[in-house]
Amino acid sequence: MSSLIIPKKSRRIIPGFHLSLGYTMLYVSLLVLLPLSMIFIHTMSLSWSAFIDIITDPRAVASYKVSFSTALIAGLLNVFFGTTIAWVLVRYQFPFKRIIDGLVDLPFALPTAVAGIALTSLYAPNGWIGQFFDFKIAFTPLGIIIALTFIGLPFVVRTVQPVLQNISAEVEEASASLGANRLQTFRKVILPELVPAILTGFSLAFARALGEYGSVVFIAGNMPMKTEITPLIIMTKLEQYDYAGATAIAVVMLVTSFILLFTINLIQWLANRRFVH
Amino acid sequence: MEQSTFIQQASTGKRKAATQTAALQEPRIIRYTLIFIALAFLAFSIVLPLVSIFITAFQKGSDVYFAAITHPDALAAIKLTLIVVAITVPLNAIFGVMAAWALTKFNFKGKNLLLTMVDLPFAVSPVIAGLVFILLFGSQGLFGEWLFAHDIKIVFALPGIVLATIFVTLPFVARELIPLMQTQGISEEEASISLGASGFKTFWYVTLPNIKWGLFYGLILCNARAIGEFGAVSVVSGHIRGMTNTMPLHIEILYNEYQFAAAFAVASLMSVMAIFTLIVKDIIAWKSKSS
Repeated sequence: MSSLIIPKKSRRIIPGFHLSLGYTMLYVSLLVLLPLSMIFIHTMSLSWSAFIDIITDPRAVASYKVSFSTALIAGLLNVFFGTTIAWVLVRYQFPFKRIIDGLVDLPFALPTAVAGIALTSLYAPNGWIGQFFDFKIAFTPLGIIIALTFIGLPFVVRTVQPVLQNISAEVEEASASLGANRLQTFRKVILPELVPAILTGFSLAFARALGEYGSVVFIAGNMPMKTEITPLIIMTKLEQYDYAGATAIAVVMLVTSFILLFTINLIQWLANRRFVH
Repeated sequence: MEQSTFIQQASTGKRKAATQTAALQEPRIIRYTLIFIALAFLAFSIVLPLVSIFITAFQKGSDVYFAAITHPDALAAIKLTLIVVAITVPLNAIFGVMAAWALTKFNFKGKNLLLTMVDLPFAVSPVIAGLVFILLFGSQGLFGEWLFAHDIKIVFALPGIVLATIFVTLPFVARELIPLMQTQGISEEEASISLGASGFKTFWYVTLPNIKWGLFYGLILCNARAIGEFGAVSVVSGHIRGMTNTMPLHIEILYNEYQFAAAFAVASLMSVMAIFTLIVKDIIAWKSKSS
C-alpha cells in the first residue's frame, strides 16, 4: 500500500486532511480499538495462574486441536482445488464459464448459517450425500472440514486468479522455445510466480476458518473433546456467564489471528520486493 | 482483502488468444481432466448445497413455504434485519469514503498502522466481535452499571446488534476504495482545486464519478455480510423471538426445533439475496471494465 509515493507538497493542495483523518481515527478507535482493548483489559483481572488454567484446560486444548487441524486440512484442500479452479477459469474455454466464475463467490455472499444448515442436511447420515457412506460425515471432524472448505474456497481462487492472468505469455513462449516441455514450464516458470498468491490465499482461508462459527456449529455436532471448535467454547462460556473464561480463550484466538495477519503481510511484502528490485 | 481482486477478474478471457498456441497448451487429456476436477468440485461444494436449499424449502409444499415466510416471527426477523442493514451500511460507507480519502490522498506518519487497523475486523472471529460489546455494555461490563442506572439497553437489543454488525462489516467499503483510489492518484483533484472548485465540489464531480463502481461494489459486499452475519449477532442478540432475532438467528431457531421446511424456506429467501448479490457484482465488474 505504501508503494505509491505522493509528493509532500500535495498535502497543502487537496483539502479535507484533518477532517477525513480525524473521522477515520475516531471511528476506528470507538468501534474497533476500544471494544478490542476490552479483551485485554478484562483478562488483566485474572491472575496469571488462573489465566493459564483456563487456556490449558483439557477441553480448551482439545478445541484448539480440532480448530487448528480442520482449518489446516480445509486450507490445503482449498489450495489444491482452488488453484485448479483458478487455472481452469483463466486458461480454458468451456460452456457457462462466466456463470461458474460468478458462483465461486457464493460462499462470500451466502449467510454462513444458511451454508451451515444446507451442508448439514446434505451430509447427515440420511442426507443426499451422507446416505451413500457407511461412516458418519456430519457431526464428525470430517463435517467441520467440509464446512470450512466451503467457506475458504473463494479466498484461494480470487487471490490466484489475477496473478495467473497477469503472467505474460512471453515467458512461457520463451520457456517452450528453449526446449522445456509443458510440465517443466509449469514447474519452473509458472508455479514460482503463483506461490506467493497461493500462500496468501491459504493464509486468508486458514485465518477465516479458525474463527468461523456460523457454518460449523450446525455440522460439527459440538461434542466436547471431539468436535468442539474454539469459538464454540467462547460461546458456551458466555452462555454460562463465565466472562473471564470466555475472554481468556478469546485472547488465545486474537493472538493467533494477529500472528496470521502479520504472516500474510510478510508474504505480500516479500513477494512485492521480489518483483520490484 | 477478498474484494480487491474484482477489477482484475473483469479481464478474464483476455488471454484466450495468447494461450491457443500448441506448444503452450497442455495435452488434451490433462485439459479435460483439470476441467472435470474443477467443475465436479464446484458442483458438489457450491451448486448442490444451493439447489438443496430450494428443494428442501418446497419439500412440504408451497403452503408450508409461504406460511413459514409470512409467520409473524419471520416477518419480525426480516424487519429487524432490514433495520440493521439500513443503519450499518450507510455508516460504513461514509467511513469507507473518509478512510480511503485520508489514506490515499495524503501522506502521514503511521499510515500503514491505520490501514492495518481498518483491516483488523477481518482478522477477528465473529464470536469475539460479539464478545467485546458484551464486555463493554453487558451487565458486568465497563459501562454496565451506568447503562442499567439510566435504563438504556444496548446488549440484547437493537443497538448491540447494530454495533456488532458495524464491527464485522467495517472494512468492506474502505478495502474496496483504497486500492482503487490509490491507482487513480491525485492529479485530477489537484486540477479541480487549482481551477477554484471547493473541496466538496471536487469530491462530488471529480472523485465520486471515478470511484462509483468500486463504492457500489463495496456497498454490495457490506450489505451481503450485514444481512447474513451470524456469530457476532448471535452473541449480542439474546435470541428474543420476534424482538431481537435477525433472519440468520431465526433460521437457527427453526432448525434446532426440527422445523426443517420452515428453516429452509427462510434460508431460501436469504439465498435469493445471495444470488442477487452475485449477479449485481458481475454487472458492476462488467460496467467498470467497459467504462
